[in-house]
Amino acid sequence: MGLKQNLHNLKEKYKGTKMAPAFNALHTFLYTPNETTHSGSHVRVVDDLKRTMNTVIMALVPCLIFGIFNAGYQHYAAIDASLRLDPLANFFTWDNFILGAWTVIPLVLVSYGVGLLVEFIFAVIKGHEVEEGYLVTGMLVPLIVPVDIPLWMLSVAVIFGVVIGKEVFGGTGMNILNPALTIRAFLFFAYPTWMSGDKVWVHGAKEMASQPDAISGETILGSLAQNHDYAYSIWDMFWGFIPGSVGETSTFLILLGGLFLIFTKVGSWRIMLSSVIGAIVMGLIFNFAADAGWIKESSNFYGLMSEPFWHHLILGGLAFGIVYMATDPVTASQTNKGKWIYGFFIGFISILIRVFNPAYPEGVMLAILLMNVFAPTIDHYVLQGNIKRRLKRLKAKTA
Amino acid sequence: MSKDIKIKKGLTIKLKGEAQKTLSSAPRSRTFAIRPSDFHLVIPKMVVREGGKVHSGDTIFYSKSNELLKFVSPVSGTLTKIDRGAKRVIKEITIEADAQDTFRDFDILSPNSSSAEAIKARLLESGCWPFIMQRPYAVIADTEQEPRDIFVSAHNTAPLANDLDFSLNGKEKELQAAVTALSKLTKGQVHVGVGKDGTSPFKGLKDISLHNISGPHPAGNVGTQINKIAPVNKGEIVWTIAPQDLVIIGELLLTGKFNPERIIALAGSEVKTPKYYRTRIGSEAATFLYDSGIKDENVRVISGDVLTGKKISPKGHLGYYSNTVTVIPEGDDYELFGWNKPVFDKISTSRALTFSWLTPNKKYDLDTNTNGEHRAFVVTGGYEEVFPLDMYPLQMLKACMVKDLDAMEVLGMYEVAPEDFSLTEFVCVSKQPHQQIIRNGLDLMYKEIG
Repeated sequence: MGLKQNLHNLKEKYKGTKMAPAFNALHTFLYTPNETTHSGSHVRVVDDLKRTMNTVIMALVPCLIFGIFNAGYQHYAAIDASLRLDPLANFFTWDNFILGAWTVIPLVLVSYGVGLLVEFIFAVIKGHEVEEGYLVTGMLVPLIVPVDIPLWMLSVAVIFGVVIGKEVFGGTGMNILNPALTIRAFLFFAYPTWMSGDKVWVHGAKEMASQPDAISGETILGSLAQNHDYAYSIWDMFWGFIPGSVGETSTFLILLGGLFLIFTKVGSWRIMLSSVIGAIVMGLIFNFAADAGWIKESSNFYGLMSEPFWHHLILGGLAFGIVYMATDPVTASQTNKGKWIYGFFIGFISILIRVFNPAYPEGVMLAILLMNVFAPTIDHYVLQGNIKRRLKRLKAKTA
Repeated sequence: MSKDIKIKKGLTIKLKGEAQKTLSSAPRSRTFAIRPSDFHLVIPKMVVREGGKVHSGDTIFYSKSNELLKFVSPVSGTLTKIDRGAKRVIKEITIEADAQDTFRDFDILSPNSSSAEAIKARLLESGCWPFIMQRPYAVIADTEQEPRDIFVSAHNTAPLANDLDFSLNGKEKELQAAVTALSKLTKGQVHVGVGKDGTSPFKGLKDISLHNISGPHPAGNVGTQINKIAPVNKGEIVWTIAPQDLVIIGELLLTGKFNPERIIALAGSEVKTPKYYRTRIGSEAATFLYDSGIKDENVRVISGDVLTGKKISPKGHLGYYSNTVTVIPEGDDYELFGWNKPVFDKISTSRALTFSWLTPNKKYDLDTNTNGEHRAFVVTGGYEEVFPLDMYPLQMLKACMVKDLDAMEVLGMYEVAPEDFSLTEFVCVSKQPHQQIIRNGLDLMYKEIG
């Protein structure tokens, strides 16, 4: 084993130097290190953080591949609407793939390149190991941005997200807000024209806007927020043949990814289930309000409020957010009871924001960030339950 | 009256190399060693100098902070070496054994008719007191305070552990004497946990409150049983004592001799013929290791089980409290793409391309590799699945790490010992040293509050 021995020699050589974390990051990518236990449990499970993160990435790959096809498909379908008549036949084509790859792969490369560079720099400065958190963040970021986002904008956002969202708190495991959503929120508020409206969701829409054959690529939520009808069937929405952020359109694949995460025990089923319940409850409340006639059809909110509650689950980024971002263990509640509460409010508030904030019809991002902030508070009260039980036991004893 | 306790959360780790239920006598060890590090927080004050002669049961040192707390020689012979480390801390005391044991004669003490004071004095004088541990703080019991209850776990669920039903077989007389004596030292009860379907010698004894334990590891940990039977509250003290130590106490009371015999399980995938050995506290591990045979050079010899034991060298000595010696392969090698390839031959609690969930009855040959690097806590929810105590393990660990005494206290630190966190350490994705964190937390509390 020449390579193994050579790498081992290099590791010894770099030991204690500034470059050690950078070298180790690459080394451990190839080889699980030769570290052994010293005290405590002499044996350990095989799972480590790399494997955990890798599992999430595997769950994201189908969304990425679908997103690549969809980027091409939405572009061509916007030019030639007849393609939409039979999406299945016109979706998995080479044309779609090539155009999609041409637009999406650079997003992935920039996200990983810039993000990991920042991580490496921090690891070298701080002298800690390069941690695996960004492997997932770097994959999430290209999937939750509009396809035509300029690469420099993405780079700036990634730097902001990694530095302010994570590294200032001490790196992976210490952050309060989900870094991927911090990046998206930064883009959303810093460059709102690039992040919403009807011209950003389809490749080429912006350039062609001034031309006579302008293409429109409004998302369904965008249409609903303006009380417009949309032209997509429920099945289009479920399979994902609709405009939207790169990887979030296919509810079907997200569902598969979610089931995979639950099966592998990497994602929390409690958060996923309670988020869905929360969204359904809020949706039902709005449906009830619309049916009862409390909201007039002319109201700005009518379109979204009267949308059947279960449609919300397959619209926009809700499913993606619930499965891949609400479940981020670092920023979610850390107690099992807390996870139920945390998840429920994510679903609940997502729909609330979606309906009442037509300017930004995507509520899940803000809902998750908001609940990230409240997660420690939720845990605090869950712990108080346990603490009170212990104190009560003591009181019963001394009384 | 016996009660059933069924533990649901936990994980029984199935390893190769379980000790066969045959008992051999290990060859007599030439040297014996006592390591003061086995007695947590005790600073030894030597009584015997290098070159001094001792009988089995003669005091060799006492605790600097408490003269009553004496530690005695497990064998008769000559104290040959006091090995000191940095700052003259005593690392190991070596005794060269005589060919035949001579015993210091303590009188016979009838457990039934003796007073609590007499029993206590005898335990202290004979060096049996260090067998009694206390909670809170998981240290040797305070000689001043009376315990609320005494807990004994005679059901061992740790991986490759000593089957106490086998190794305590035939010791009913000694056990009865010991529990009767101990029951006088508390106003509460002596709670004994035994395996539900086992043939524990405790099952016919009096002066105890028997509990039938079932479920996965850590059902056999005494901490788990305390939590389910009568948890420790702030201000209370309970004692815990291992059943093999009760045998030594019982024999002392019945015969007047301190005869620290141990029946140990020699187990692990690297042992050629894993089986039980009759030996003594502090014996050279080599006496039984090489009797059984070791398969490979590059092995980890553990005095204790794989979750809580201490690493010793193959030429080292059996720890003071150990009743198991485990030998497993060292894992000091790299593994190509160990973090992403499908794994069939190692245990995992997830299903992230790990397939141990498919074969729940398979026995594994685990090595000492950490299978990954040390990281901050990231994944949540995994510890709770293997942690049956009514507490929040992750939050306790974090409280210990940031030295938040108030949080540690209210979250239940008075109830735990490091070994209660051995399974969470085993399953930890971030490879954090849980037991060390808890130990440091307990020590801090002991210093600041205790």
